[in-house]
Amino acid sequence: MRSRWLMFAITFIAILYFYMRDSLVTTSVIGTAITFGLPLAMAAMVGIMCERTGIVNIGIEGTLLVSSFVGFFTASASGNLILGLISAVAMGAISGLLLSLLAVTWKMDQIIAGTIINILATGLTSFFYKQGHTIPSTFPEVDIPGLSSIPFFGPVLFMHGPLTYAGIILIFVLWVALYKTPWGLRSRAVGEHPSSADTAGVSVIKLRYLNVAIAGAFGGLAGAYLTLELVGSWDRGFSAGKGFTALALMIFGRWNPIGALGAAIFFGTAQAVTNQLMITQVVTIPQQFTNMLPYVLTILILAISAGKVRAPAAEGQPYEKEQA
Amino acid sequence: MKYLRSWLLPAIALLVAFAVGALMMKIQGANPFVAYKSLFTSAFGSSAGIAKTLGKATPLIISGLAVTICLRAGLFNIGVQGQLLAGALASAWAGYAIKGLPTIIHLPLALLFGVFFGALTGIIAGALKAFRGVHEVITTIMLNSIVLQLGEYLAYGPFKEPGQQLARTPEVLNSAKIPQIFGMPLGFFLGVALAVIAWWVFKTTTSGFRMETVGRNKSAAWYAGISVKRSILISMFVGGALAGLGGAIETLGVVGRYEPAFNGGIGFDGITIALLGRANPLAVIPGSILFGGMRGAGASMQFAAGVSPDIIDLILAIVLFLVTAPLIGKMIKSIRDTEQITTGGWGN
Repeated sequence: MRSRWLMFAITFIAILYFYMRDSLVTTSVIGTAITFGLPLAMAAMVGIMCERTGIVNIGIEGTLLVSSFVGFFTASASGNLILGLISAVAMGAISGLLLSLLAVTWKMDQIIAGTIINILATGLTSFFYKQGHTIPSTFPEVDIPGLSSIPFFGPVLFMHGPLTYAGIILIFVLWVALYKTPWGLRSRAVGEHPSSADTAGVSVIKLRYLNVAIAGAFGGLAGAYLTLELVGSWDRGFSAGKGFTALALMIFGRWNPIGALGAAIFFGTAQAVTNQLMITQVVTIPQQFTNMLPYVLTILILAISAGKVRAPAAEGQPYEKEQA
Repeated sequence: MKYLRSWLLPAIALLVAFAVGALMMKIQGANPFVAYKSLFTSAFGSSAGIAKTLGKATPLIISGLAVTICLRAGLFNIGVQGQLLAGALASAWAGYAIKGLPTIIHLPLALLFGVFFGALTGIIAGALKAFRGVHEVITTIMLNSIVLQLGEYLAYGPFKEPGQQLARTPEVLNSAKIPQIFGMPLGFFLGVALAVIAWWVFKTTTSGFRMETVGRNKSAAWYAGISVKRSILISMFVGGALAGLGGAIETLGVVGRYEPAFNGGIGFDGITIALLGRANPLAVIPGSILFGGMRGAGASMQFAAGVSPDIIDLILAIVLFLVTAPLIGKMIKSIRDTEQITTGGWGN
């Protein structure tokens, strides 16, 4: 618990420091922190949904890669961003179904199953990748009338693209669903003690399939956000390790959607502050070291939080129904 | 019969993957027969082609072994890529910066540099796993990116060849280059020897048995008085050291320097090769020769049939999928393999 408070304290002090120095810069840094953090938070939701029902999903990276690829090239070919979004979400769900097939039905080792998804995604996208494609535009920024004119919070929270809002809202929806609905209770039961859940009449297999597929769709949304709203292009290795960082944030956030969102915003702030320091040349670090930052932070976060947190108990084990 | 089965599954997986690859080529409007023919004739059809194939196979054997040994100990070392880069970088530095030594000292020293830094990269992940319970798949992937960025920084900055536009280190001195025998890369034989040694260690020695016991059942190993932590540390150390050696051999025997574009996929091919060989050290050798041939001859396939060499990535991904998923075993009952490969699982 202490490390979480420490994290929030650091974020808060950083924000305060920058706000007192230059309020305009602060709003832009925090805005950037959200843009950096949100895709990670969304990807972490994929992990949370899967792991809460007992499926380890190490293939988030592959889901992001393949869904952003499909989303971008669909949008590019059709000139329609909505179509791109839909196809990315569908592709994400398909990758989730593939994971279910491997891990739930075939009872494969889940780490290897996820790795297969990652390697397949890399192979498929690099083979079908064509250079020189563009999309007409990215999703435009939508300023929420009224709210966006609140000082500080307006530009930080209410001047984003539509997928940002969708992502943030869905994270809170997932939190409510996980802790306050029968579906959430059943899902968590399946992740902690599947045979009890089974005895109580919950279909372990069905629920795992459903949740992993929805999680994949969520990953597809994250992929669509990255390519269609944030970057506006696609290149080989586009997901750049975000799927793995997301797993670290999931663990740091204790498999809780809000916790993971907080961790992701912290992560995004660290990156945004570094960027800002680089731009204003307060510090000059070689670019390679700033590129390294997310990876180093991921390892540090895990080293701090792992071992102290408890994963869902049935995670990683295929469910075998007892024979009567 | 058991012997036949262990060969049949990978063989079917390869055939199916090639068939899917052919389909993909057809979709792109290329002729798969021309493509495959040029692939195999240029890889295995001439002595020069075979020498090239074996050269490409060398780092693959070693990185395949690095993955295999960790798999045996229940660890999934996806970080071979980073360990290999660390080894390449260190051996390149030792190869050009240490001057005035005879080959007999300089070459082993440069190799040792590679081994040491590869092992160092591996042991970071091993220590995080053993003492903090951090899963090695995440740490090793993160370390891959960190080492890549570090290498780029060094090749653009402190290690950069003076007066050179490109980001790369100076060329390794002749005294640190690996000699060739009859046009055959010497490193290949070292790789084969290492595979045999690894097989022997797991087959006959106590330490091999200990590692394998930890890999199969941690709590049973613990009850039997085997130190799980020690086994994790040793296997990541050895895996990293091997990968570093692979990077050093590639640098000192083939590339001659470190460049940021250094052989992207060797580490990942190593994963596929290890799983294809069902974590058997000896099976790494034929797998590596096959993959080395495909990697070496990818360009000729593009030349002959206009197929992008990226198809090889796709074929290899499909091979991995078919070999690890119990798909073939489900369809053909007689080759259903009872022994699935498992990793240590999540968390602890």
